[in-house]
Order: sequence, then structure tokens, then C-alpha cells
Amino acid sequence: MNLLGKLDWSAIPLHQPIVMAATAFMALVVVAVLGFITMKGAWPYLWREWLTSVDHKRIGVMYCILALVMLLRGFSDAIMMRAQQAVAAGGAQGYLPTEHFDQIFSAHGTIMIFFMAMPFVVGLMNFAVPLQLGIRDVAFPTLNSVSFWLTAAGALLINVSLAVGEFSKAGWWGYPPLSELQYSPGVGVDYYLWSLQISGLGTLLSGINFVTTILKMRAPGMSYMRMPVFCWTSLATNLLIVAAFPVLTAALAMLLLDRYLGFHFFTNEAGGNQMLYANLFWVWGHPEVYILILPAFGVFSEVIATFSGKPLFGYRSMVVATMAICILSFFVWLHHFFTMGASANVNGFFGVMSMIIALPTGVKIYNWLFTMYGGRVRLTVPVLWTVGFMVTFVIGGMTGVLHAVPPVSFQLHNSVFLIAHFHNVIIGGVLFGAMAGYTYWFPKAFGFALDERWGKASFWCWFVGFYLAFMPLYLLGLMGMTRRMQHYDDPAWQPWLVVAMIGAVVILGGIICQIVQLVVSIRARDKLRVTADPWNGRTLEWATASPPPAWNFSSAPNVTGRDAFWTSKRRDRARQDRPGSAHVYEPIEMPKNSATGFVSAFFAVLIGFSMIWHIWWLACVGLFGAFATLLAFAFRRHPEFEVPAKQIAQFERAQSAGAAA
Amino acid sequence: MNIAAAIDSVPPEALPSASETGPAPKRVVVAYGFWILLLSDIVMFAALFASYAILVRATAGGPTGAQLFNQTTVAIETACLLVSSYTCGLMSLAVNSRNRLGTYLGALVTFALGATFLTLELREFADMIAHGATPQRSAFLSAFFTLVGCHGLHVALGLIWLVVMMVQVAVMGFVDSVQHRLLCFSLFWHALDIVWVGVFTVVYLMGISL
Repeated sequence: MNLLGKLDWSAIPLHQPIVMAATAFMALVVVAVLGFITMKGAWPYLWREWLTSVDHKRIGVMYCILALVMLLRGFSDAIMMRAQQAVAAGGAQGYLPTEHFDQIFSAHGTIMIFFMAMPFVVGLMNFAVPLQLGIRDVAFPTLNSVSFWLTAAGALLINVSLAVGEFSKAGWWGYPPLSELQYSPGVGVDYYLWSLQISGLGTLLSGINFVTTILKMRAPGMSYMRMPVFCWTSLATNLLIVAAFPVLTAALAMLLLDRYLGFHFFTNEAGGNQMLYANLFWVWGHPEVYILILPAFGVFSEVIATFSGKPLFGYRSMVVATMAICILSFFVWLHHFFTMGASANVNGFFGVMSMIIALPTGVKIYNWLFTMYGGRVRLTVPVLWTVGFMVTFVIGGMTGVLHAVPPVSFQLHNSVFLIAHFHNVIIGGVLFGAMAGYTYWFPKAFGFALDERWGKASFWCWFVGFYLAFMPLYLLGLMGMTRRMQHYDDPAWQPWLVVAMIGAVVILGGIICQIVQLVVSIRARDKLRVTADPWNGRTLEWATASPPPAWNFSSAPNVTGRDAFWTSKRRDRARQDRPGSAHVYEPIEMPKNSATGFVSAFFAVLIGFSMIWHIWWLACVGLFGAFATLLAFAFRRHPEFEVPAKQIAQFERAQSAGAAA
Repeated sequence: MNIAAAIDSVPPEALPSASETGPAPKRVVVAYGFWILLLSDIVMFAALFASYAILVRATAGGPTGAQLFNQTTVAIETACLLVSSYTCGLMSLAVNSRNRLGTYLGALVTFALGATFLTLELREFADMIAHGATPQRSAFLSAFFTLVGCHGLHVALGLIWLVVMMVQVAVMGFVDSVQHRLLCFSLFWHALDIVWVGVFTVVYLMGISL
């Protein structure tokens, strides 16, 4: 009986120089960051103010940092694949062996969807939704911290797989039977499964938190039809999370049972059914793409209304379109495998539904265009991302509608045409939206704006780089190139793949511009300092200070109409009597910081890691620890503290003094 | 005072619309959030039910449901669980009137019934495994053990939760947070009943004909 289960020194891939170099680089960065924090003596501050914080704004910022770091990791995978395919033509094998290439494309997809795109949109929702609703925090602040740390735990596990063991070679969906023990006997698929189960639990809890927050915690007067569109799209996204993620949990749990206990859900023998997994996976998977894109749609709606200086065109139709997408997204999953062999009628139904779901999205595009029409559009960085999105997303949407036609889908199935399509909507939609939101809300979060010039440079690199990288893939797909090829015979493909590689390099330029932008902005922060309302905003987050105090609003806003802050600005200007320092403040109850999230994520990592390596005793320790953490939380006596009215009044006086100066 | 009558006497246009009243009280928020959690749990069960329905005929030459299921045991299990929901309701009444003894008594009977259910289910499982009907035997049995076992796991977690809650009542008394959690527990316990009605129908009743 081995105390360390399957874990021994052979788990470290010493014979793979590329992996070891990547590991060494990652370790160096981690050590450098930890060393820097220790040198600055910042641990107590970090622990007190960030790691144990239950403040939705801090948690939102931490989500976005996680997403940006994972973007670097996922992009490294992407550019390695592009480089491989640019050289591995004819008889050449390139520089990546098949084993490694397969892990890279699996890791790229998994990381980009679950640990880049998801944390980014969840982070933006965390930061902005409570502020837009005019409330102090989400419904369950400690649970929110648990959600974040579980997501971070999943991200940690997936990155550990680089150094210890291997990652899955079965693609980011992990289709059986390839992902079954028989064909994937290593720990790669287990890393995939456990990191997704852990982060999926975090996402589900955050979905529950936000549905409750949006439906039950709005400021007085904030009726449904007065909510900002970003809140509506967040509501739709979180409803989808609540309805879709449990299906993923169930599907992955069944695969785990197959792999660990010899069950026969998806095996080749004893009656297992692989298409059951494909169906369950995409019953989650298709709503998932709307989970990602809807918050981005919300960001674009806020950005375009603010910078056009006009109310959003067709608010009601926007809400209806959002909720229609929310419902329809559960009726299209089969278009991911028209080739399964379902009857023509079944394929026909899902084909028609897939075309119908394009309609509400079209409505939205027109609404954004009409919002800009006749407005004074300020071409700031968030607007550039938004306009770039509108152009790019329409192309991606139209190639999507092509796929909705089953006979076409049969031709294009698993080709790089498909790869081009979904990168077209995920980069052109979700990522552009996340970047727009990042630039738009950054001044609110930190009190200073991001540098405009570097932001524009970054946008243009991403925009041009995207077209260079993915338009060739549409052509290659039509030429018959399938996805996930480590090498290929047809030399006619190579020039296009070289162009795609150049595109990836241009995108790298965009990423570098973004890093430079952040550094430049932090260094010049005193010059970039902003007031509470730098963009002449319309919604409530611009009514409070930048950065907002822990309690968000010193007195609860009273909402009388749509675009609540805009209407109140208008009213104040008309009356010329802004309530000054004579205002009387009430003490505010705030939730105390809690280590629950951090500690439970620690035990989650312990459970995940020990299950992956079959270290059963350690898994028991982890389970017991998680349970003890829960108990400790349940027996807390005073979970809240009171912010005295004097402190609030002081803060407000300092704010208005700053604004006057 | 009759609240309904008091509200009736206010002209409707003077009242703010229900969606404009500001943040709901903590009790409502907690119960509402827990409802959403239960809904997500039921979605997970829906996936397990669907998988069971797909795989129910995939017996791979092994035993079928008709050969395995003992209707008498299942009837007793069902009775235990349904009655425990009733006693859980009695416990909630005792909680509402801050009656410690009644709460403990209600919890004790609920726990005993839940534990009986679980014992019977585990015996049923052990019996099946002893006859070679293991989850590794066929896809049908994999799906069966997962669906029914997942419900059983929920019951087991519910029992642990109930014990913790009784300790909390003893140590902390009927403070708000404890009351909220007891409310959530009763929601959870009733939801498990609803799932069991599904299991009983889809697995055991429909299983006879297969």
C-alpha cells in the first residue's frame, strides 16, 4: 500500500524539455510574485483586505485578475499550436510531439472557457451588478468569496497538471470512450474532471447568489423595467448557470464513476452509451456560450448608451431579446452533433431552433446601431471594442447560422471552419466585451483611468490580429482541414497557416500593449485620477465615489426611473440644490471578512489533488477539513459589524472636498 | 390586527409596486436563495433520471429491474420518507413557536425515520450486490445505483445537517440564523421527498414492467 497513491518522481515530465521550460518559467513567476509580496511585507494587508474579503467589488477584481492571468496561459497554448501548424506541413513533424500537442489543445480550450472567459464575465458581474442595483453587497457575501476561491482552486489544479503528471489529451469536452480509463489511463482526464467539478461548484454557487441578489435585493424604486440592461443580461446568465451547470456536474460525475469505480455509463462494453455524454455535455455546453456572451451584450449596451449620450434604443426589446435567448438556448444543443445519426426530423427541429435563436441577437445589433444613430458618439477605448465587436460578431453569427443547416453541418463538422466560427464569436463577442467592460469600469474600481493611447493600440492589434488569425481558418475548413491536427500532408494549407500564425503574433502585440497600458496607467495614476462620474454615466455605479467605499452607497439611492443616475443628475441640475454636508447618515451593517472561502478552497485543492493521484487518506483529510470549515462558519457568533455614521459622514465630506478641488 | 384588511383600506395607487419596495428581509432572501439551490439540485437529478431512462434497457444480459426490485421494501422506504416529511413539518411548527422540546422531538422522529429509510436502502443495495447485481455489471445498474444512491446520499447529508442543527439549537438557541437554517432544512427535506416520488415512480413502479 503506497501512501502517495500513484504519485512518484516519474510524474515530473523531466524528459520533455518544452514542458520543463514552461514549468520553470511558471515557477519563476510565482516565486518572483510571492517574493515581491514578502519583500514589501504585504501579506497581512493582502490577507486582510483581499484574500478574506467578502466585498463584491474586491471579489470581482480578483476574478478579473485570475481571468487575465489565465488569458496569458491559454494564449501561450494558442500561439504554440499556431507555430506548430505553421511548420508541420508535408512530412515535417514540427516541434511538438503528438502527446504534447494533444494536451495543449485540450488545455487551451478548457482554460479559455472555464478559467478565462467565465471568471472574466463573473468578475464583471460581481463588480458592477450590486453597484448598478444600488445595494451594499450581494445576497450572500461569504458564499461569494467561497465561489471565487473554488474557481481559483480549479485553476490552480489545472496549472499543477503542467508540472506534476499530465493534462487530458481528450479535448476540452472530454468525449468518451477516449476519456475513459481504457484509452486514457493516465491522470490527465482526472485533472480535467476534478478541476472542472471544483470550479463548476463555485460557478453554480455564484449563479444562485446573483439570481437571488437581482430578484430580491434591488434598491427602493428599482423595478424590473428600470434595471440597467447589464443587470438583465446578468440575470439571464445566472439563471442559465443555475439551470445548466448541474447537468455538467452530473455528466462529469458519471465519467468519474466510470473511471474510478468501473461503472458503465459511457464505456464501449456492458451497454454504455457514449452519445449520452455528448448530449449531456452540450445540454450544458450550448447554454454555456450564452452564459458567456450575454454579460458581454450587457457591457456593450451600457457602453454604447453612455458614450452616445442617449438612452439605449429599444430597452424593452433588449430585455425581451435577452430573456428569449435565455430560454431558446436550451433548445439547440443537438446542433453540436448533427452527425450523431438522429432522424431527419430531430435534426430539422434543432436546425430551425438554431436559426431562430439568431433573431434576438439580430434585434440587439440593430438596437445598438440605432442607439449610436443621432448620438454624439465619443470614440473612447470601450467604444472601439464595442464597434469592433459589432462588425466581427455579425460575421461570426452568420457563419453560425450556416452551421444550423444540418447538411452544411455534415460537411463542416470538426473542420477548422467551425474553429474559425466559434473563435469569431468568443473572441469577437465575449473577449471584446470583457475588454470593453474592463476599460469601462476600471476607473470606478481604482479611481484612475487606463491610458487611452495604449488601450487603442491594444484594440487595433487584437482586431487586426483576430482577422489575420481566423479568416484563413474559414478557407482552410472549406479546403477540408480538420481541427486538432499535429501535422498535415497538404502543402497548399501551409501559407494560410503561416498567415494565421502571424495573426497570433499580432494578437500577442495586443496583449503586450495591454500589459504596458496597465503599467503605464498605474505609474501615471495621479494624472489619470478621476471623479465619481468620469464618463458622464447613466447608471447608479457612477453615483458613488471612485473607488466606492466598502458600503457602496452612504445612503440608499431612491430610484424613480430608468437610467437612474442620469435622471437624478438632470433633476439636480434643474433644482440647483444638491444635498450637501448637512445630510444625516445612518450607521450601516456590513458583513465581516471571512477566511471561509480561502480555507474551503484549500481543502478543495487537497481533495482534488489526492483524488487525481489516488491518495485516499488525504482525500478523507480534505473532506473532513471542508466539513470542519463549514461547521466553523455555521457557529460564528457575530458575522456583521457596524460602520458608524460618523465615519460615513467623514468619507462623504472628504469626497465632496476632493470633487470641489 | 387584521393585516389584510389594513392593506385593503389603502388605495392601490398609494402602494409602491411589489418590485419597487427595496431589498427583501434576510429571511426571505435566505429562503429564496435556498429554493434556487434546490432547483439546481433538481436539475441535476433530472440529468440522472434522463440517463437512467436512456440506459434502463441496457442490461447487457444481466438482471433487469423486474428481477431485482422488492416492492415491499420499497413501500416501507416510501412510507418512512413520507411520514418523516410530516414530522419535519411538525418540527417546523415547534420552531415557529420557539418550543425546544417539540423541536427536539420532531427532529428525533424525523431522524429515526430517515435513518430507517437509509438502512433499508443500504440493505437493498447490499442484497443486490451479493447477488452479483453490482453497478459494474451493466449500464442499467450503473444508472440505477447512481440515481438511487445520489438520493440516498442526499438523505445521509440531511441527517448530518439535522444533527448539526439540533446542536445549534442547543448552543445558540432560536437566533435568526438558526431559524433561517431550520427553514432551509425543511425545504431540503421536502424536496428530497419530491425527488423520491420520482424515483419511486420511474425506477420501481415502471421497473416492474421491464
